[in-house]
Amino acid sequence: MAELLQIIISGLAAGSIYALAAVGFTLLWQASQTINFAQGEFVMLPAFFVLVGLGFGLPLWAAILLGLGASLLILGVAFKKLIVEPMLPHGTLPLVIATIALGLLMKESVKELYGATAQPFPAIFPQTVYNVFGASVSVQDICNLVVSMLAIGGLQLFLSRTRTGRCMQASAQNPAVAEILGVDVKRMVMYTFLINAALATIASVLISPIYLAKFSNGETLGLVAFIAAIVGGFNQIRGALVGGLLIGVIDNLSAVYISAEYRSAMPMILLIAIILLRPQGLLGTKEGRTV
Amino acid sequence: MKPLTLILLGLALVALILAPIGQGNYIVYTLSSWLLFSISAMGLNLTLGYAGQVSLAQAGFMGIGAYITALMTLAGIHWVVAAGVSISSCFAVGLLLGWPALRVQHHFLAFVTLAFNTLLFLVLRNEEEVTGGSFGLVGMPRPDFFGLSTMSNLNFYYFSLVCFLIAVAVMWGILRSPWGRAFKALRENPIRAESLGLKIRRQTLLAFAIGSAFGGLAGAMQAPLVQFIEPGSFGLIHSLKILLMVVVGGSGFFFGPMLGAAVVILLPELLRFTEGYYLMIYAALVIVLMVFSPNGLIGAGQKIWLKFKPKHEARRDMQKGFQL
Repeated sequence: MAELLQIIISGLAAGSIYALAAVGFTLLWQASQTINFAQGEFVMLPAFFVLVGLGFGLPLWAAILLGLGASLLILGVAFKKLIVEPMLPHGTLPLVIATIALGLLMKESVKELYGATAQPFPAIFPQTVYNVFGASVSVQDICNLVVSMLAIGGLQLFLSRTRTGRCMQASAQNPAVAEILGVDVKRMVMYTFLINAALATIASVLISPIYLAKFSNGETLGLVAFIAAIVGGFNQIRGALVGGLLIGVIDNLSAVYISAEYRSAMPMILLIAIILLRPQGLLGTKEGRTV
Repeated sequence: MKPLTLILLGLALVALILAPIGQGNYIVYTLSSWLLFSISAMGLNLTLGYAGQVSLAQAGFMGIGAYITALMTLAGIHWVVAAGVSISSCFAVGLLLGWPALRVQHHFLAFVTLAFNTLLFLVLRNEEEVTGGSFGLVGMPRPDFFGLSTMSNLNFYYFSLVCFLIAVAVMWGILRSPWGRAFKALRENPIRAESLGLKIRRQTLLAFAIGSAFGGLAGAMQAPLVQFIEPGSFGLIHSLKILLMVVVGGSGFFFGPMLGAAVVILLPELLRFTEGYYLMIYAALVIVLMVFSPNGLIGAGQKIWLKFKPKHEARRDMQKGFQL
């Protein structure tokens, strides 16, 4: 029982970080029909910005701010202006290919310019472990869970309670009508890209102390975020949250109770099952068929 | 066909026959591998360029083909039989995989195939008794035909060329049949295609399954070419590579996949002098190409050609009518 509790808590902690990436993924999809195959690399990269900042002798908080700024600029503004915007009129496919190539570019750049080995990343939260009902629970896990929940909760509040947030939702649901009603759709889409970059930075800073910062981290992260978004429901932020937590827990449970070899198969099987039984996702609402 | 096209095709064929003569082993090997990836990319082009569905499991299908062929030829069965089994199993798997995914529109096939490719990789790696695990399978024999051995690289190239030409002819036949025209109709205007009585789902499913079967053939050729297969050669990244071939060449163009395969296979060789940076340059080039010409290289070529060609002004009202 204690073991189970321990597995579930660490699963939730990992899952909440996946959820951050998955939420960003969903937002991009809603705002601009971008399926971002580089999402995993988006989470990998900010950690290296922070490491570069630390290399200049900055304190950790300043380095993180620097990382956030660089991410907003490169993963937010540059990605939107240089890649997504010129390609949107041509449909989703070229954009999918471009994001695949972008992921490769980011991965290789980090490998060549920074280093191919895994870099230790300073922990933000103390790594003390407490004993709760016989289960060992680390403060880091709990803090990760709390920070990601706060970030997602805050985002949800922003989207549903503020004027800008509602405008963003309107432009995602129906850009033409939103435009007629006086919403600056282009700017709202830009906000979405900035939010995605910020979420990726948070996820990166939270996950790197655990997995170390490595150029290839994005591969698994991207896949997991992807699956979490679909399992939860592609058109809901709540869905991505639930999907992320679920994948985190299932991943940990299957590593212990099923087999370590087929650990990474479980999320895939879940994905196929969801597509078979409930293609709109666990919390998703049915969209009309496009044809 | 116009006589000019025929002459050009004839010249291309002669070039393909003469290409490996007098070349070193490595170049002949690379050319064979280009032929094989062209077949695979051609199959994906049917799914992607003609039926408009993204499949991220083409390398997975090559894997199925390669492992079936390897296991059967190692057991002493002739390559032709093994290849037949590979192709039909890929077709069957394609049907099974596509049937649920295509119930829903959007890019669900992309997600299902992505998961399938990853699962397949895990199965290939973990089921060691059958697949040899991460050590893979070694020493597949190259086939004999009527006493002619394809053991030497040059002979194997000609064997691949024959397979390639058969595949091209089959694809040409499919696309020219009324049935292949239905694929194009689907891509251009699905609603109109359906209103004319086409069963969209059935057509798309068949396109995907046939495309997968081409992947199976390519895999069946890869096993004897490389004579060593391991799960890593059929991972998701290779599926993305084949997808890249189709899109870089120009999806929906008949010769797009061949051109794309050539670029994707040869460019790393050309950029070798940049050492570790070649993947970076390569990725950046792909992004630039996609931004400026989403129809790939052939699309870019067409655009430039149209700029210089004297224009014939089409009736605009007719154009409008076609779109309705």
